[in-house]
Amino acid sequence: MKRRIPLLIAFFVGILVIVAEFIPHKPFGSLTGGLEDWFMIIAGFAIILGQMNLIKVHVLKIKYRQPNWQYFIVTIISFTIMVLFGLFWGTEDNGGIFGAGASLVQSIGSKPFDYLFNNVYQHLSASMFSLLAFFIASAAYRAFIGRTAESNLLLIAAVLVMLGRTSLGSFLTGWLPEALGFFHLPNLAEFIMKYPNTAGQRAIMICAGLGIIGSSLRIILGIERSYLGGD
Amino acid sequence: MNWLGLWLGALMTFGIYSFLYKDNPFYKVAEQIFVGLSAGYWFVYTIYFILIPNLFNKIGSDFGAHWLLIIPGILGIMMLTQIVPKLAWLSRYPIALMIGTTAGISFMRYMKSDVISQMTATMINPFSGSATEIVGQILLVAGTISGVMYFFFSKKHEGAFGVGAKIGIYFLMVSFGAAFGYTAMARISLLIGRLQFILFEWAPNILP
Amino acid sequence: MKISPTNIRRILFALILLGVALPLIFKLGLPIESSENVRMVYDLVNSQPEGSHILISFDYDPASKPELHPMAYSIARNALERKYKVVCTALWPMGASLCAETFKRLKEEMPEIEEGVDFVNLGYKAGGIVTIQKMGSDIRDVYPTDMSKNPIDQLPIMNGIRNLKDFSFVCSISAGDPGIKQWVMVAHDKNKVVTTGGATAVSAPAILPYINEQKQLYGLLGGLKAAAEYEKLSGHIDIATSGMDAQSIAHLIIIAFIAIGNYQYHFIRKRKKGE
Repeated sequence: MKRRIPLLIAFFVGILVIVAEFIPHKPFGSLTGGLEDWFMIIAGFAIILGQMNLIKVHVLKIKYRQPNWQYFIVTIISFTIMVLFGLFWGTEDNGGIFGAGASLVQSIGSKPFDYLFNNVYQHLSASMFSLLAFFIASAAYRAFIGRTAESNLLLIAAVLVMLGRTSLGSFLTGWLPEALGFFHLPNLAEFIMKYPNTAGQRAIMICAGLGIIGSSLRIILGIERSYLGGD
Repeated sequence: MNWLGLWLGALMTFGIYSFLYKDNPFYKVAEQIFVGLSAGYWFVYTIYFILIPNLFNKIGSDFGAHWLLIIPGILGIMMLTQIVPKLAWLSRYPIALMIGTTAGISFMRYMKSDVISQMTATMINPFSGSATEIVGQILLVAGTISGVMYFFFSKKHEGAFGVGAKIGIYFLMVSFGAAFGYTAMARISLLIGRLQFILFEWAPNILP
Repeated sequence: MKISPTNIRRILFALILLGVALPLIFKLGLPIESSENVRMVYDLVNSQPEGSHILISFDYDPASKPELHPMAYSIARNALERKYKVVCTALWPMGASLCAETFKRLKEEMPEIEEGVDFVNLGYKAGGIVTIQKMGSDIRDVYPTDMSKNPIDQLPIMNGIRNLKDFSFVCSISAGDPGIKQWVMVAHDKNKVVTTGGATAVSAPAILPYINEQKQLYGLLGGLKAAAEYEKLSGHIDIATSGMDAQSIAHLIIIAFIAIGNYQYHFIRKRKKGE
């Protein structure tokens, strides 16, 4: 019951979705439509589970005084504040338990939930990922060495694309006559992207696609069961 | 209150950027605020924009038409039992439903879009168009076939097959190089966004 | 004098910072050329009859906002100028807020546009590809209300819209998964709806194979440069264009450091080995 029924569920819904693709009429079409509705709702609960799990993990880290445990208090406080702001006064288009928070909107310009999102979260998120600009430059300097034919190809393609996909490329080779238009850096970068890059990416896409099809079949047929966990 | 928002934004940005010098408490606090606010945002949005309109409101407004939605509601609650080790096995039912549906849909969609359509897109007449297009199309066909050969590991890469696989590696290297160029471009764009905020939104408000 | 690796790294960081900051302040005015994929998107957006319904999906979050927000803004603005009916969705929760931000700005710039009539923000739904598949059969089931809780049946913009096939085209502005790939798979390949969009430069190379003779994807805006190209084509120069000089100089610095790294490896190290 703990393992066999879930395997049967996965088999049944997997086959149903595939059959509905070929016979989109009743009952298969409507059954799949209902299933898609259910999926969205369960996915919503899965997101809630994710947040609950995050808090549980952080509480345990604080409880057992793991390294840097003090910082996890900040996580829980900021999570709680965001959730309470959302539940009390709602989001931009939604009211909360205490209504729409008109007086708050008047004094701070937006609802507290949106205020935190716009003035704190957006900046944190953008800064966090923009840090990679520095590290990718550092990685390029240390690791982008042309040692072999393969690494030289990698290097040349990267440099041509980096030049060709900026205004600098247009500036550097803009003077070339039309007969030599192919060597104009933006054209060269476009050629690389359109042909050799697409060829490589398409090979990856076809092979990864075959891999996903194989994995899907293994799941539907119950050969792959790791998603059920232990016991 | 606009000044407070600008200062908060700048403070968070500098907090994150302080990591460039070395790891420090200022960065760690900013990092954890990021995690907490992100999780809180997802939580609130899931309740307001998925569970309320698509589950509770539908059942509440017209139970007769939507009574079947009780099933995903129960399955959703079963999903939450994952948090309690003794009851965690109950979450296998909704997980199986999600995994089975995703597997079925992925099977069909990847077969059509990533395998059949890509193979069709490669079966072109490479000898049509301008000289540049002909060279490009030959590269496209040869590169795709040799790239696929490289990923075929059931046969040893030797002889003629090995040559094909080797050519495949060259095409993959060009792809990875181009991808690196694009990645560098993306990261620099994000830095531009940050500096546009610091230089043109925050700085004018602190300078006399 | 030998510079330690940590200090070399810090010098590189400082140069990147200056290389981006200075061209933002002192403009160089480098030229911007449009590429084929951007022209395809622009032509598609400008070739529909007045009153056409289009769907824009905001599938990104603030992490990729500097790259993708200018694209979303330019396309939405262009579509509203052409008097299309713009319906917006989001497969990423924060995409819904960024969509609201876009239309707040557009409403200030174009006071004549009306929410619920010319545009609507339907908001976020979870489920990725499965949700898109459901929208292919019945969008009203997925979105019983818009973001402001107005029942979808009462919105004039949604008159005659039942599923994805009722849109002239779908445009996904995407930072990853779920995003443009899933829209291609379901909107185009299953429902035969023209699909276009924009992606972060990181994900763009892997999306390019969809631009083929079958037109699985109709053009693509890849990264900030493509956003700047779109701004130039649409004649509304905005934030993406202002970042192009900085992008060029930063790339030049990275290339210079790649050259230094190679010089050190090939010449200095080999000379040391010789000694």
